[in-house]
Amino acid sequence: MEFIKPDINIDFVGRRKFAFTLSLILILIGLAALIWRGTSLFGIDFAGGTVVQLRFSSPTNADKIREGLKPIGLDRSAIQHFGGEGENVFLIRTDVSRAKLANLSKEVKDNLERIYGENTVTVERLEMVGPKVGKDLRQKALLAIYYALLLIAIYISWRFEQKLMPAAIMAGALFLGVAGLREVGMSIPMLIVAALVITLVCCWFLKLKYALGAVSALIHDVMITVGAFAITNKEFNLTAVAALLTIIGYSLNDTIIVFDRIRENLRKGRRREFAEVVNDSINQTLSRTILTSGTTLAVVTALFILGGGVIHDFAFALIVGVVVGTYSSIFVASPILIAWEAKFANTRVRATAKR
Amino acid sequence: MKDLRWRAALVLAIFVVALVYLLPTLGKELPEWWVKFFPDKKINLGLDLQGGMHLVLEVENDKAVENTVERLAQEIKGELGSAHIRFRLVERQGGDGVRLLLPKEQDWQQVAALMKDKFPLLEVTDRTLVQDQLQVLFRIEESQVRHIKKLAVDQGLETIRNRIDQFGVSEPHIRTQGENRILIQLPGIKDPQRAIDLIGQTALLEFKLVDEQRSVEEALKGRVPAGGKIYYSRKVDPVTGQVRRTPYLLKDRTLLTGEYLTNAEVRLDTQYNRPYVSLSFDDRGGKLFEKITGENVKKRLAIVLDGNVYSAPVIQDRISGGNAVIEGQFTMDEAKDLAVVLRAGSLPAPVQILEERTVGPSLGRDSIRKGLLSMAVGGVLVVVFMVIYYGASGIIADLALILNIILIMAALAGFGATLTLPGIAGIILTIGMAVDANVLIFERVREELRLGKTPRAALDSGYSRATWTIVDANVTTLIAALVLLQFGTGPVKGFAVTLSLGIVASMFTAIFGTRLLFDYLLQKRRMKTLKI
Repeated sequence: MEFIKPDINIDFVGRRKFAFTLSLILILIGLAALIWRGTSLFGIDFAGGTVVQLRFSSPTNADKIREGLKPIGLDRSAIQHFGGEGENVFLIRTDVSRAKLANLSKEVKDNLERIYGENTVTVERLEMVGPKVGKDLRQKALLAIYYALLLIAIYISWRFEQKLMPAAIMAGALFLGVAGLREVGMSIPMLIVAALVITLVCCWFLKLKYALGAVSALIHDVMITVGAFAITNKEFNLTAVAALLTIIGYSLNDTIIVFDRIRENLRKGRRREFAEVVNDSINQTLSRTILTSGTTLAVVTALFILGGGVIHDFAFALIVGVVVGTYSSIFVASPILIAWEAKFANTRVRATAKR
Repeated sequence: MKDLRWRAALVLAIFVVALVYLLPTLGKELPEWWVKFFPDKKINLGLDLQGGMHLVLEVENDKAVENTVERLAQEIKGELGSAHIRFRLVERQGGDGVRLLLPKEQDWQQVAALMKDKFPLLEVTDRTLVQDQLQVLFRIEESQVRHIKKLAVDQGLETIRNRIDQFGVSEPHIRTQGENRILIQLPGIKDPQRAIDLIGQTALLEFKLVDEQRSVEEALKGRVPAGGKIYYSRKVDPVTGQVRRTPYLLKDRTLLTGEYLTNAEVRLDTQYNRPYVSLSFDDRGGKLFEKITGENVKKRLAIVLDGNVYSAPVIQDRISGGNAVIEGQFTMDEAKDLAVVLRAGSLPAPVQILEERTVGPSLGRDSIRKGLLSMAVGGVLVVVFMVIYYGASGIIADLALILNIILIMAALAGFGATLTLPGIAGIILTIGMAVDANVLIFERVREELRLGKTPRAALDSGYSRATWTIVDANVTTLIAALVLLQFGTGPVKGFAVTLSLGIVASMFTAIFGTRLLFDYLLQKRRMKTLKI
């Protein structure tokens, strides 16, 4: 069976202006949502606070729960329905975190059962993160994202360009740059942005064009995924960071396969327009791209629908990441490669294209 | 031909070893001969799957330093007294210093010698004349401060371990984290709050005399006499749940602490059917207790635990034999827990909860069910799709996928890694991504076949061309997974583990494993056409 005919030839490259505009709009919407959400984007893992997951034996609503929580001063918490239809599960989120040996779980249960009756409320989950741990976890997440970016940037510049020296220079610049900005006291999200900018600038000046394309695609994917989190009012927790790193890996996976084909076709040495080679390569790998994205999307969607509330946001991030990651390897990474060539290589592919 | 046999043997051997590691998890009961020779470890389930509590405590080890200094100040008083040196004042200054006031400056020589001899860890930081008195400031050496802090964490860990052991939790996980933190994981715990109370209680037991000369009322108005301090007793009304606090004016000096305890047990007062805790002191504590009770007959002795007065009975007579009791309005559970913490000893410094994550057992079971369901549905979707799209070759890819999942599970059991809910998500993701390698190879082989190559040649060049691309593409995800493994905690770490294992296993099964099957079909079965 075949979905994609072998002689398929879609003009992806020709549609790149349209694609750039679409990407830009998506990113801008995401950024706007991000700014609008501000620090409320952080879940308790990073902001500190408490989440209590409650199961009621009969249907209820947030207002009634809020009433029950008044005596212990939790009536200003965010209360939302959680889990599937017909499940009487609610999530209470407050930024209170008590370092004392608090009886919070029992207090919540006792106060609510005064309204709902004995043995009608179960505390299924309680997570309390103090401000100190929140700060630590923020730090850890930042370091994880930073090291992942660093290692991946080094790996792809080494693999694609066989240039260890520029890769080393880039690593040094990234490391010193981020360390310096950290000394100045730059905030964590800004630091990541700075690290990305440094990576892009390094790729540009060190002429690591494949790395430039791959890293741009990766930034594009991460920004849109984070934007999707902001728009859908989801919170950013440790698992979301795990999902982001996976998306980074996946997005590159896709990009690398297209790039590998481009380099292979270039090695064949026929003198052709660079853009044409790129478009051919995308078409040749299109079948694979769609199949793999399809199977991955299928399993992640299964997880999203059936996996339950705890893993819901994680699966959501992966769905967005897989879709955007596939799109970006065709419409972001490759066009950037073409743009780079147009600027520095007079659109002609030299027969000496290196492996 | 020979080469094929070796490769088949290798794959088969790996398959068998994997099954051996996996069997304990799958089977209910293992025969005895199996346990003797083969692994019997099941896959560890994370706290989010089996329910339980994850706690991170901070030991306030500054307090331990403070306590040490406080004790040193008391000892200095004693030493100066027995050397007949007059002093105006010896007190703790700040967190790690002692202030000494001498009325006569010429005594300093003698004091300095004594301090050097008896308290070598204190160094003089300042010596000035203040209104004709000599004021000397001492401070504990920096290295000593670090030592006390470390000791406080180590002892705290040991004490908490003792308490948990006595409380009875199966397979608790307790260790220090960083400089002053203690990580505690209690799987399957039923009453988290009781565990927190038990773990977090400092359990500092002190015996102090009640100041009966002066009135509590005066002290409450703010006129606390020198050497005295107000303490409260807390009594919870069992019906209304209201807390009643009664003030006591106690003498500041602690006569005896819980450090001399050898045992603490719950007994039942048969008259009122109320539990109480009976204490036994060691020899030294017993003698001290005898001396204290002997000297203070008809006075009231308060029993103070963590700053709360439990009872303040009148000493009827000298008590020898080293036994005492703590009475209070306990429930049976409270009395039992109190006995546990007293037996296990007090924490050298108070602790604070920095992080708590508790998952109830029902939510854990629910997560396992939903995780496995998504895995089954996702898996079936992929397997069916591969057969429909690639026919017989799809079956080969599916076999590789199944072997892949078996390998991941076996590695989890073999390495003693922990399976968490995000970990299950990692396996699900692997199912989707693992077929990628085969898709790459098959698409490549199709291209080669279209160019008119024989099945053999098409397979050869398909595999050789796709292999590097597969490695490349997987390395980036592996880098992300390994970084997560370094920085992730708990459930997220579980995700990193299964994802890394999945990537490594899929490269083996999808490249090496499927190639073997194709070679077998082409060579042994003399298959002429390739259905791909």
